[in-house]
Amino acid sequence: MLNLFKIAIRNLMRYKRRTLLTASLIVVGVVFVLVFIAVSGSFKNMMVSQITDSFLGHIQIHKKGYVASIDTLPLTMNMGPQTLKKVEKAINDIPEIEASSMRIKFGGMLSNFVETTNVRLNGVYPEDEIMTVPLFPERIMRGDKTIRKGEILVPELLAKGMKIKVGDMIVIVATNKDGSVNGKQFKVGGILESATGPGGRDGYIHINDALEVLRMDRVEISEIALRLNNFANLENVHNKLNDILSKELNKEGKPAFEVHTWEKLSPFYNIARMIDIMTLSIKLMLIAIVLISIMNVMIMAVYERIREIGTIAAIGTLPGKILSMFVLEGFSLGVLGALIGNLIGVSVVYILNIAEITFNFGRQTGLVLSPTVSPADIAVISIMVIIVSVLASLQPAFKASRMEPIKALRHV
Amino acid sequence: MSLVIAENLSKTYITGEIAIDALKGLSFEIEPASFISFVGPSGSGKTTLLNLIGCLDAPTSGTLKVSGADVSLLGRKSAADFRGKTIGFIFQDFNLLPVLTVYENVEYPLLMVQNAPAGERRSRVLSLLDSVGMAGQKDKYPDQISGGQKQRVAVARALVTKPKLVLADEPTANLDHKTAYMVIDIMKKMKDESGTTFIFSTHDQKVVGEAETIYTLEDGELAGRNSKGGNGHA
Repeated sequence: MLNLFKIAIRNLMRYKRRTLLTASLIVVGVVFVLVFIAVSGSFKNMMVSQITDSFLGHIQIHKKGYVASIDTLPLTMNMGPQTLKKVEKAINDIPEIEASSMRIKFGGMLSNFVETTNVRLNGVYPEDEIMTVPLFPERIMRGDKTIRKGEILVPELLAKGMKIKVGDMIVIVATNKDGSVNGKQFKVGGILESATGPGGRDGYIHINDALEVLRMDRVEISEIALRLNNFANLENVHNKLNDILSKELNKEGKPAFEVHTWEKLSPFYNIARMIDIMTLSIKLMLIAIVLISIMNVMIMAVYERIREIGTIAAIGTLPGKILSMFVLEGFSLGVLGALIGNLIGVSVVYILNIAEITFNFGRQTGLVLSPTVSPADIAVISIMVIIVSVLASLQPAFKASRMEPIKALRHV
Repeated sequence: MSLVIAENLSKTYITGEIAIDALKGLSFEIEPASFISFVGPSGSGKTTLLNLIGCLDAPTSGTLKVSGADVSLLGRKSAADFRGKTIGFIFQDFNLLPVLTVYENVEYPLLMVQNAPAGERRSRVLSLLDSVGMAGQKDKYPDQISGGQKQRVAVARALVTKPKLVLADEPTANLDHKTAYMVIDIMKKMKDESGTTFIFSTHDQKVVGEAETIYTLEDGELAGRNSKGGNGHA
């Protein structure tokens, strides 16, 4: 095998310019794919982390049917203490869940004594919320980076429109579960930036205040947001939770809960999917580049060496060895291209990191692009290039191995 | 037992609707350790005959036995295997592999065809290169040596596997007279040393004279046989 390699390498070196050109094409392809994967991956990760770490969490648990009716924020679909115990047990049984935040979500009216508008409110335990969505404090544009009892974080959109400032007093009026209306005065503790761009009417208050406004004598939770210790375990944890909670049935004998990953809750998932599809398309382009360039160069190599093939076949070289000789040439070209491409690709990614390129996403500005290439990406691209190189060499190599020596020797 | 036995050997090429009889019912026998020449004008069938004996082509009719094997029955792979073990080839254009050195060219059949062990390869290659006077050039590439030197290397390559038969199609056609005689001398010397049968085709009347037995071909038929030592039977 080593001798076949030696001959393959020498044959590649024989046509230096052509080998260099073909290898360069592969190198450019590999660099392009690596940089694209690194940059788009970085953008995607940042986008996902902005969404999940600012307000959504990685996974959410609701009572069955809640997400379908989320626009009306129904209090009748909250989870009571008995139900919550079951969910908490399930959460505690899964070590991959790092933090959880219980939320009471409800709609209400916000008045600054001059104007009144509707608002979506989230009653949360501040510590749990910050543990579950750690970028939440960064969304508080003005005021202290927390939620105190008796205070409200007003969404920026409403604050601007109603000229509400930190320290102002406002009134929240909400309809509770039995249909009666109740109100409570709040001090504006902070102005909250929307995580997903302009719009958004979500305010935050302490969960005890929510209980008071809604006149709940016991905690009833609309949703539980979860944070995992490793985002890569998302699907695994989702399945585990589903398995556990699907055993809990409601009065109709149907599953009592629904468990959703962020992907099912955010329209931004489609953007993330689009990035994945673009990455796949770029990989397909690389395959096409490698396939065409290697096949072209190997067809040329066979055509130019017909007499040599005739000679080695005449002196008894078996067809399998002739095939191996040409396949190894393609393989070597692929290895060379992948190796140099990976080296240059990783260097470009390193330079991009040093350059600290910034971009804006939603209301977030100055996000620093931090592209990374994982060893798995390098391995996948290298293996892909090498396999395609070998496949591209097979047809010309097969042709060479099947050549009649007598015809090959006559070739001029 | 004869090394090559041809009985009523014919080869017809069909080009479109035209059939060309390259060989017409040839019968002959060649004994081991012979130095045989096939002569004749262009188109007389010399190359076709050498191709048949070398298992590079199959006869249209008749039988051809080489070293006891009916070569007309060999398949593609077994023919390659048979050639690798039994036959050496010397080509008119030398056909050395340009990416291999002189040493590697001679070593190639042992390495790639016979899978001989390294020690044996080395001793056989060096000994043959010494015999053909090319030991001093062993690290040179084919494009760094002359035509005569290339053909000497080709002779060494043909003999390195210790074949029973070496076929040489116009081995001196691309050489000047002096070099051609030198190559023929080397072939004769190797035949005497190793007992290998050499069959070569040539146009060159002076070179022909060096053969022990000369078969003359005309229009695909055996037109004559001259023997100095009586190693062939027509």
